[in-house]
Amino acid sequence: MDLETSKAVGPKLPQATSAGPVRLPDSDLSNAPDIGSRDRHTLIQSEESGVQLDLGELWHYRELLYFLTLRDIKVRYKQTVMGLAWVIIQPLTTMLIFTLVFNRFVRLDAGALPYPLFALSGLLLWLFFANAVTNSTHSLVSNANLITKVYFPRMFIPAASVGAGLVDLAVAFLLLIALCFYYRVPLTLNLLLLPLFVFLMALLALGVGLLSAAVTVKYRDLRHALPFIIQLWMFASPVIYPTSIVPERWQWLVTINPVAGIIEGFRSCLTGGSFAWLQVSIAAAITVTLLVCSAFVFRRFEHTFADVV
Amino acid sequence: MNTAIRIANVSKRYRIGGLHPGYMTFREMLGGLVTAPFKKRSNGQQTIWALSDIDLEIGQGELVGIIGHNGAGKSTLLKILSRVTRPTIGAVELFGRIGSLLEVGTGFHPDLTGRENIYLSGAILGMRRAEIDRKFAEIVAFSELEKFIETSVKWYSSGMYVRLAFSVAAHLEPEILMMDEVLAVGDAAFQQKCLDKMHEIRQQGRTILFVSHDMAAITRLCKRVVLLERGKVTFDGEAHEVVKRYLSSSLKSGASREWTDQQAAPGDRVVRLRRVRVRTEEGETISVVDIQKPFGIELAYDVLEEGHALVPVIEFYNHEGTELFSTHDTSANWRRQPRPRGTYTSTVWIPGNLLAEGSLIGNVSIMSHFPVTTLHANEPNAVAFQVVDSPAGDSARGDYVGPMPGLIRPLLNWVTAMEQAHENRDKQISSNQDQ
Repeated sequence: MDLETSKAVGPKLPQATSAGPVRLPDSDLSNAPDIGSRDRHTLIQSEESGVQLDLGELWHYRELLYFLTLRDIKVRYKQTVMGLAWVIIQPLTTMLIFTLVFNRFVRLDAGALPYPLFALSGLLLWLFFANAVTNSTHSLVSNANLITKVYFPRMFIPAASVGAGLVDLAVAFLLLIALCFYYRVPLTLNLLLLPLFVFLMALLALGVGLLSAAVTVKYRDLRHALPFIIQLWMFASPVIYPTSIVPERWQWLVTINPVAGIIEGFRSCLTGGSFAWLQVSIAAAITVTLLVCSAFVFRRFEHTFADVV
Repeated sequence: MNTAIRIANVSKRYRIGGLHPGYMTFREMLGGLVTAPFKKRSNGQQTIWALSDIDLEIGQGELVGIIGHNGAGKSTLLKILSRVTRPTIGAVELFGRIGSLLEVGTGFHPDLTGRENIYLSGAILGMRRAEIDRKFAEIVAFSELEKFIETSVKWYSSGMYVRLAFSVAAHLEPEILMMDEVLAVGDAAFQQKCLDKMHEIRQQGRTILFVSHDMAAITRLCKRVVLLERGKVTFDGEAHEVVKRYLSSSLKSGASREWTDQQAAPGDRVVRLRRVRVRTEEGETISVVDIQKPFGIELAYDVLEEGHALVPVIEFYNHEGTELFSTHDTSANWRRQPRPRGTYTSTVWIPGNLLAEGSLIGNVSIMSHFPVTTLHANEPNAVAFQVVDSPAGDSARGDYVGPMPGLIRPLLNWVTAMEQAHENRDKQISSNQDQ
């Protein structure tokens, strides 16, 4: 060991040498202020005991969510040449392709927004949703080594996948801002509501992700079915086409699809037009209900993950 | 004494699906739904009880060893205590933060740097960010990896990896610490660190659960040992008692070996073995030998042909297969004496404070040297036994509890004398002590 270096880093430490027994720095229980009352007493109940959301526990472990999200982001772009640029490349190329198809080959009326901006706004939210759901579905299985070794609220593993997706979305937003400037989108008060729709989309992704992650632990079928479901869902949602072209008798599908309400609301922020509040409220209600149900289902099966994963 | 861990009536059932993997597919589930009503209830679900009716109470500051064969339920118990899985029946109460050194490096990601992994692994093990910030310098210094802390851990050697991982775990400061077979991994210096850490934690009055196959480590560290057999606690008490039980059921060639059929016994037309055993001075057969007590290896054999001067020989090997020494019968009464036919016993006495701890194996043979050296009987691995040390402090290890290298462990005379007193410093020390 280089003694100089270690002195510079930890001057108060007794020198650890390989020859003799190593003394650890003194520590006793009384000066460990970070141990909260939650750590003082733990009751481990049997499998039959009831289901609780236990939000207090989630709050207690909140920093772990931050570190898991950070890990997901860092690991994803380590050893890539272009790094975070990938976050922009994916929606950009998808947008270009759809613009080519729906703006050049087929003339599609996208309403108030120029088609490229229309497509990009839908695609950004949709790609965030699709990636977040896909990653959280796989997250529990790919973190099996953690789940079988140490306890923490397992909900944070899929939640971190959604969190990492949010960071990607923030970066990809630069592209949207650039396009807004290019098409001279008017600055309206509506823009202030953009975060609300991003937030709703994140809640929806978490709701779907928690459920599919919990199911995938036991039934791996979902891993194979998921890409297919996601693709169907995209074409059933107004991501690349406006809801106005959906025939009257299929409009109810748009209404019950929370993705449609959220994306349409998001676009209204850009156009400055009026919001379809009824549709947004339905989407929000479905999103919140789904999230609460998923969270309970997740908690119900959480303690079996280590045994079946 | 306050309770640290209370395990009440805990049982854990696992479903075993034979050849099936741990998870199901929808098709299996649907198929199961269809066929279930036509199946007999009894063979519908195969289950095993990994743990049944475990009742244990462990006090604060206790150091308890848990011992058991593979599949006895040790790791299931640890998984329940660390809250990775829940018991099927029963409940556990823990008083204090629990930390485990079951798997060093839990939560490490190979693509992240040492610094990033310290934070990630620390958070996963239950540390707060502020706590890691405060201890960061200590953790790095303890791991001796200052130069590599910004390097991805996948470029680390396995030794560096383990050092970093252990440093994080060692700074968790749990009130209850669980240790698995960590002593089996890493080099000697790392094992030393583990043991030092354990020693320190014990001195701070924290509770330690130590799970191991390593008999020598268990007996010298723990006073109380719990024996798990097929999911049940079959013994809970003094270390030496429980180890004796464990060994008697685990060693293939035990402390005593007998051949009832003379034709099949090791030997030739001159001599055949009857019995070999490890014995105390009182004549009791033992499989666990106290490192400080003398013990004997006793051979019983039949001499079938008269006129040979026979020499019993025993060779001692340790568990690594290293021969420690061999010993020949050189006693005066039968030396170079042709023996009449009959049944004999020969016993060699091994003094206390000679052998090192661990598993030992005795090879037994009988030879003669006239007219030429001839091997009449030879039985490799005739007996196996365990030499154990106690934490009492009166053996050759004194108060040291770490692993002691060496094939033998003699208790030798040391003489320490003070040649010259250093006045000033002496006064300082004594005045400090007065305060």
